[in-house]
Formats: sequence, structure tokens, C-alpha cells
Amino acid sequence: MSTTTLTHDDAHHHETPTGWRRWLYSTNHKDIGTLYLLFALTMLFLGGASAMVIRAELFMPGIQLVDPDLYNNLVTNHALIMIFGAVMPAAAGLANWMIPMMIGAPDMALPRMNNLSFWILPAAATMLILSFVVPFFPGGGTQINTGWTLYPPLSIQVGMSMDFLIFAIHLLGASSILASINIIVTLLNMRAPGMKLMQMPMFCWTWLVTAFLLILVVPVLAGGVTMLLFDRHFGTSFFDAAGGGDPVLFQHLFWFFGHPEVYILLLPSIGVLSHVIPTFSRKPLFGYNSMVGAMLAVATIGMVVWAHHQYTVGMSLGAVTYFMIGTIIISIPVGLMIFNFIATMWRGAMTFETPMLFAIAIILMFTFGGLSGVMLAVVPADMQYHDSMFVVAHFHYVLMPGAVFGLFAGVFYWLPKWTGHMYDERLGKIFFWTNIVGFNITFFPQHFLGLAGMPRRIIDYNVMFTEFNVLSSFGAMIFGFSHLLLLYIVISTIRGGQKAKARAWEGADGLEWELDSPPTFHTWEVAPTIK
Amino acid sequence: MHDPKLATGTRNRRTAVVLSLVVVGMFGFGFAMVPLYDLICKVTGVQSVALRTGGERSEAVPMVAPDPNRWVTIKFDTTVAPSLPWEFEAGIHRVEVVPGEINEVVFLARNRSNSQVTGQAIPSVVPWQATPFFSKLECFCFNKQTLVGGERVEMPLRFMVSPDLPKGIESLTLSYNFMKLKPSQGGVAEPKVTANDQG
Repeated sequence: MSTTTLTHDDAHHHETPTGWRRWLYSTNHKDIGTLYLLFALTMLFLGGASAMVIRAELFMPGIQLVDPDLYNNLVTNHALIMIFGAVMPAAAGLANWMIPMMIGAPDMALPRMNNLSFWILPAAATMLILSFVVPFFPGGGTQINTGWTLYPPLSIQVGMSMDFLIFAIHLLGASSILASINIIVTLLNMRAPGMKLMQMPMFCWTWLVTAFLLILVVPVLAGGVTMLLFDRHFGTSFFDAAGGGDPVLFQHLFWFFGHPEVYILLLPSIGVLSHVIPTFSRKPLFGYNSMVGAMLAVATIGMVVWAHHQYTVGMSLGAVTYFMIGTIIISIPVGLMIFNFIATMWRGAMTFETPMLFAIAIILMFTFGGLSGVMLAVVPADMQYHDSMFVVAHFHYVLMPGAVFGLFAGVFYWLPKWTGHMYDERLGKIFFWTNIVGFNITFFPQHFLGLAGMPRRIIDYNVMFTEFNVLSSFGAMIFGFSHLLLLYIVISTIRGGQKAKARAWEGADGLEWELDSPPTFHTWEVAPTIK
Repeated sequence: MHDPKLATGTRNRRTAVVLSLVVVGMFGFGFAMVPLYDLICKVTGVQSVALRTGGERSEAVPMVAPDPNRWVTIKFDTTVAPSLPWEFEAGIHRVEVVPGEINEVVFLARNRSNSQVTGQAIPSVVPWQATPFFSKLECFCFNKQTLVGGERVEMPLRFMVSPDLPKGIESLTLSYNFMKLKPSQGGVAEPKVTANDQG
């Protein structure tokens, strides 16, 4: 039986497909991983461009560049492109590349489904971009001015661009559900013989939990936006108060997805850190078992605290108290992860290559964002902070370090493995410093703006907020343009550079480092033995 | 899921099927939230629209002594759904009332279109803790209102604030959101009445 499978596979191995067929028909986890990463990079620039317009508009009080509805459409578009277009596909790209190599599997468990889950994405992105573009044409209806949360009744009244957006969300959801099923099946069934669940590399563990979260919450969002579609076109009244529906119900459905979503964005990056920090500290990860436990705790509690996004809708005292306490409890396992990282570095022989710089910056800045999160979790305080720029500062401090910088660290860490070339360390460090400094100049002043009462999602502001907004927009330009350097580094590393050894980093540990850099098209056709 | 004797392909397929069932189940759970939500709101006291409108029946005048030393400010706020071609405003925007006394204010509505339109107002009270202490004795929001084209009406609201209103609350806002009813629809409140009458 096994011999027949082998010969069958071999027939495929000898013809390495070329040209567009290689990519469109690809069932190879490495190629699909590359596609995911390139797609995410493209979306990062699109989402970044909308952020640049937002900050340019907010540079001065008054309305200069865009009209208010377009401004809110940009805010909506920025969020959706960054979350669904950039961060999630980038994390899925890392998973595709690394998981089979890390667990000693020849490929993902369901390679054709893998192809499908990637190739849905360009279609979804087209729908998403159309939802932004359509209102510019005659008869295109109104702009999507709801923000990414799509709250009714406003989202019921928006023109047909909302229908494009709803279908884009359906497609994006389908893509990430398929990818998640594939990842779970791979991790459960395709590990090299002898590798137990509790011996999996930490990146695999974080993705196992992430994938479970995805298949639990994305269908609920799909259901919610389906109801929205029905309310818009088929005369139902799920959320329409005129027909006895309740708009707050949508908020519950949305945040039942939306809160676990932040852990979906965070956890893969935590997985990256669990490899980067031990490598550059030259010590094994401190507290493997407690990391796994903490992650399961975060995922479980994270599923049941969603309504802390809705304190102001008028829930009973008992309900808000429950959501407040649940939210604050999450900081315990998250804190444990942070302490584990610090303990891993403790007395290690540390060096500070670009991935490690990002890792240390993440620990500092993510902790900072976590603390402002605890402030927001407290009900009476949140009544003041709700929907202010403080919230914007908070979630950018958790999502940029917690998700995006973690992915940057992963890209720098594994680029030598993927391309076979070392990136230019000096350029990497320049990118790190401009990126981090730009980020902090952009978002740190927004805390003060929010505390002083500047609301979010509003195009104009009181002149008293001018100075901090100028500073923030100035930082945003540094931050935004620093990503061109990232693009240059990635392209030049793909094209050439110093040859990378199989073990590109001397402190690196794991099956993926026993393969050549770059790895051959098919790897681990014979499963490795786990000692 | 973990029978090592099975071929990897079979095991993969089996796991994928189980996970797909989870996905289908969670999609169903999203829809199950619709009835569950009303139930949970009732149990936990979250102010869903159904709870806010369901209790809107004229109440017997409670025989309580007014508390002449206390004044409560009532503010009126009105919103008209964009689909409803009406003007709708409170005749007076704020009144000071004595808890325990019956008060009457008038709301003005006008149908701007030239065809007959039916609407219904949904009230809510802020802060929500004051909701049970604000009794409407007569309100246009109990029924659907039909105005022929161009018609202008005065709609009365008779209400009383209970002297049991918690001491910390000195001011409350009554907000009305006027919704358009499609010809086929019953009143907003009607389908939910039995479910909420036990209160």
C-alpha cells in the first residue's frame, strides 16, 4: 500500500511545473505559502495607503482632502484590508511554509483544498476593493461609512457597496475556514512518527489553537452578515427595530467573532516569538507546558468576554461586571507568556539581529498595549474612553506589535530559509528603527488625544487637538514610508545575497533547520525520526 | 481521530469531516442566537428592544403619595427613521416633575408625504436603571399611528415618575424612535406582548 503511494507521488515529483501553471494549479505548501505572503504584502501596502490618507486628512483640523463619508469609508477599508487581507493571510502564509517542515510532513494534509483556500483570496480582495470603488461611479450608492464593525441600522441603509462587502466577508471567511481545517488536519494527523502533541514546535501549537478559534467564530460572523443581507434585501427584521428586531443583537454576533479574532491575529505571532527568542538567546523556550496552557486559557476565556466592546449599550450591572472581570482575567495567561519570554532571555547569550530586535520591541510595546487594555476593560473608565482616540491607540499598540511586528520578525527569521540568502542585516536594522520610531510617534500621542476627548472615526476635530495630531501624522509618514524599505529588503533577498547555511542562525533549533536553505521543492518525503 | 492503523488519507478525511460539521454547527449557532438572545436578555436584564417595547401597556394609576420635595428633570428626545417621511418633535424639550404626580406632554407629528403612512414609536429611557420607575399611563407608542398625506396630529403622553426612583437619578431622558411599518407588519410591540407581560 505504502509503496504504491510512493511511486504515485514520485511520478509527480519529477515534473516541477513552470510558468503560471506552477502558481495557479499549485498544491505545494511552499508555493502556496509564498503566494499567501505576497498577497499579504500587497494588501499591506493597500491598507497602508488608506491609513496614509486618513492621517493626511487629520494632519490639520477642518476638512481638506476627502469628504466625511469617504473618510469613514477609508477607515472601514483600512481595517478590513489590514485584518482580513494583510495579517490573516500573512499568518496563513507562515503556517503553510513552516508547519509541514516543522513537523516533518511532506506537505499539508489536503493540498487541493490548500490551493482553493488561497485562490479564493484574490476574488475576495477584488470584492473588497470594489466595495470601496463602486460608490465613485454613477448609481453606485453611498459610501460604506459604518467602520469595520458594520453596525446596523447604518449598515442596512448603505447602498450596494455594502453587498459587495458582505460577499467579500463571506469569501474571506470561507478561505480562512478552509485553511484552518487544513492546518488542524495536518497537525493532528501528519506529524512525523514519534512526535507527540506536546513535542510540537510552539508555532504549530499557536496555529492549532488559532485554527480552532477560526472555525468556531468565523461561521458566526458569516451568519451575522448573512442576516444583514436578508434585512437589506429580503424583508426580514433580524436587526431592524421597525420590524421587531434588535440592532444590538448584531453587535453581539459581530463581537462574538470580533473578540476571538484579536487572539487569532495575536497567537501566530506569539508562535513566531517562541522560536525567535530562544534562537537569539541560545536557550530553549522557558516553560513550554505553561505556554501551551496559557494559550488554551487565553483562547477559552477569549471566547466568552466579547461584550466588553459594548459596555455603553445598556447591559445590566451583572452582565457588565461579568464581562469586565472575564476580560481582566485574560491578562493573567497573557502575562504568563510575556514572563516566559523574559525568562527565556534571562542569562541567555543574546545577540540582536533584526528578528530579535522586533521580538524585544514586541514584548515592551505589547505589554504597554495590554495595560491600556486593562484600563479599557474597567467599565466606569471605559464609559469615558469608549469610541475615543484612546481606543485607537490601544488597539494599534496591541495589533501592530502583537500581530504585524511578530510577522515581520517571522519573515526576517525565516527569509534565509525560504530564499537561501541572508538579508542585509544593516538594512534590516535601519528598517526596524525607522519602523518602531515611526510607530511610536504615530500612536503614542493618540492616547493623550483620546483622554482629552477626541472621538475616533470623525473627520474633523477641535483646534485644541492640533499639536498631537500634527505629531501623529508626521510619525505616520515615517512609519508608512519605512515599509518601502521592507519591500526592498524582501525583493533584494529573493534576488540574491550571501548564501544561507541550512541552519541559518547558529542558535536555531527544529526540523526545518535540518533542510537545505532554500529547501528542495518537496521535503520530508521520508519522515524524519524524532529522538 | 487517532487510530494509527488507518491510512493517513482516511484519517485526514475523517478529521476534515468532523471539523466541517463544527463549522456548520457554528453557522447554525449564529442563527440560534436570535431566539437565545431574547431569552438571555430577559434572564440577565439586558434591555433588548423587545423588552423595552413589550411592556408598553397603559398601567393602572399607582396610588402613591407624591414627594413634593423632590424634582426630577425629564428630557425628551426624538428620532425619525430615514424611511419614514414624517416630522416628529416633542412639544416641550424638558420638564421638571414631582415624582408621584401625573404629567402630560404633547408630541407633534406631521406626514410630509402625500400618501398614507403607518409608523410606530419605540421608547427608551436613559439611564436604563430608571426604566421601571417611569410609567406611561397613556402613550401614542402603545399603538401604531396612521397619518394620511400631509396630516398633522398632536399626540399626548401621560406619564408618572415613581417616588421609588433611586435617589441618585435627578434627570432622565425619554427617547422616541419613530419607525415606519410596512403595510403587512403588525405593531412593533404586539408579537412580544405575551412573552413580556409577566413582568
